[in-house]
Amino acid sequence: MPHEAGLSFAASFAPALLDPARSTPDGVTGPNGKAAGRRYDVYRNNVTVSLIDALAAIYPAVQRITGADFFRAMARSHVRSNPPASPLLFEYGRDFPDFMARYEHAQAMPWLPDVARIERAWLDAYHAADALPLSPARLSAVTPNRLADLVFVPHPAARCLRSQYAAVTIFAANRDDAPVARIDASTPEDALITRPEFDVTVRRLPPGGAVFADRLISGRPLGEAASSALEASSEFDIAANIAGLIEAGAFTSLACGDQ
Amino acid sequence: MSTVTKSTGPAAVPLRFATPIGGVAGTSFKPEHLPAILEGGPRRGFFEVHAENYMGAGGPPHRALEAIRRDHPLSLHGVCMSIGGPRPLDKTHLARFRGLVARYQPALVSEHLAWSTHETSFFNDLLPLPYTEATLACVCDHIDQVQEAIRRPLLLENPSTYVAFRESSMSETDFIRAVAERTGCGLLLDVNNVFVSATNHGFSALEYLANFPLSQVREIHLAGHAEQADDEGDLLLIDSQDGPVADAVWKLYEIVIRLRGAVPTLIEWDSKIPDWPVLQAEAIAAQAILDRHQSAVPAGERHAA
Repeated sequence: MPHEAGLSFAASFAPALLDPARSTPDGVTGPNGKAAGRRYDVYRNNVTVSLIDALAAIYPAVQRITGADFFRAMARSHVRSNPPASPLLFEYGRDFPDFMARYEHAQAMPWLPDVARIERAWLDAYHAADALPLSPARLSAVTPNRLADLVFVPHPAARCLRSQYAAVTIFAANRDDAPVARIDASTPEDALITRPEFDVTVRRLPPGGAVFADRLISGRPLGEAASSALEASSEFDIAANIAGLIEAGAFTSLACGDQ
Repeated sequence: MSTVTKSTGPAAVPLRFATPIGGVAGTSFKPEHLPAILEGGPRRGFFEVHAENYMGAGGPPHRALEAIRRDHPLSLHGVCMSIGGPRPLDKTHLARFRGLVARYQPALVSEHLAWSTHETSFFNDLLPLPYTEATLACVCDHIDQVQEAIRRPLLLENPSTYVAFRESSMSETDFIRAVAERTGCGLLLDVNNVFVSATNHGFSALEYLANFPLSQVREIHLAGHAEQADDEGDLLLIDSQDGPVADAVWKLYEIVIRLRGAVPTLIEWDSKIPDWPVLQAEAIAAQAILDRHQSAVPAGERHAA
């Protein structure tokens, strides 16, 4: 892209910030013609370290699982190939879980990307718009013949994630500094992430619950969501699942579907 | 709030500064300090936040900021507008910034003479620019756009830098003075940045301050710095904002206040955050200096626009 006269400095300064193979840009200098190598490296270091720190702040459980050295090497690699596109750092790292799935040294931890996806959803829920959760009394007031057509308006913070691994248990065990007992990672788990008021909560969904929650959060009617859930699991308990989702704060209000 | 902060008129109406909060010392607001701050109750002073941290839709950050704002003046400090960059300002980001100003009615609104975004990448650092007629025109155009959006003057902060550009054709102080004259913006004088840049580029901090348009200064920043070495092994100071204010910076600050009169002064502390009493003690030290000079009438407020 052409630059206006006299404004090419950023195009010259920027490329080496995240590329250690490039040399110090032309045009920068120390005082009285002194070299600018280590001086320019201050900017390189600020950029790289602050972006790694941003990923560490978004993915603390992943860092605890891998250890800081492993995490920072993995994050450095990601930062260099995928720097943020937005100045809002809490939006950064959306493609980091997929990067982990491809990252050569993380192949022994196949559940790591799903744990990361829960952490990313946790932060999205944390910053989501405020809304009052649906009161359980509202559902009791619906006449039984309208139930199948009922549509739930999702809370802005509500998210549902599915994993082939025990991602919720691993996530929960590593979000603080308490000792971690041995976890069987091979049990599939599904997560419901909500923030009814100001505290983000992450819970495991029962069998069929993820299909059910996912359909409802997508705006599908209750009857259709229940059928899909029963297809997914014969153990699916509709009453317990509706009560659980409402209690978790997954919805804000009710609407009737197509009449 | 005073009516001067409600700038709803057409663009032709002159921009007005919000009601001055006087010569008080404030601190960066860090959410981990919220319980200690609330427990202490309302106090003299103000809090400054990085605007970008409050650009989410909802949740705990806004709840904390509302709690702080209820009892204290607020300073909204933008970090990512890329005012010093050659690219057009990000309109979405500008709209978010305007929204925060409207929602929280801050007493002070500031941004940096620096850039952080180029093409599609955000670098999360305050990057330097050459001082030329071309960059001056570009910076002034960007500040005009910001002031148009927020309907009030912006305070522009002098940078700390580690490199200079061979193409620069004017001094930093001449550049900043020209920006203030052309755009009507106010200035945020970061005294630590002056000390850091003076050391790094081998000029006199006192001479810089003598050339700086102090009458346009409406806020001061103080912060700690770290020491490294350049290619020749000479001292290179890093604007790390991770420790107490250095003695030399306190001395420069007192000189500035003696010349300028008392203006809102912020203790900036952004990493290795200490317990609240440690940060508060730095603000108390700044307040003591301000109080020694409260009688002096700030030059820029004798004939406020």
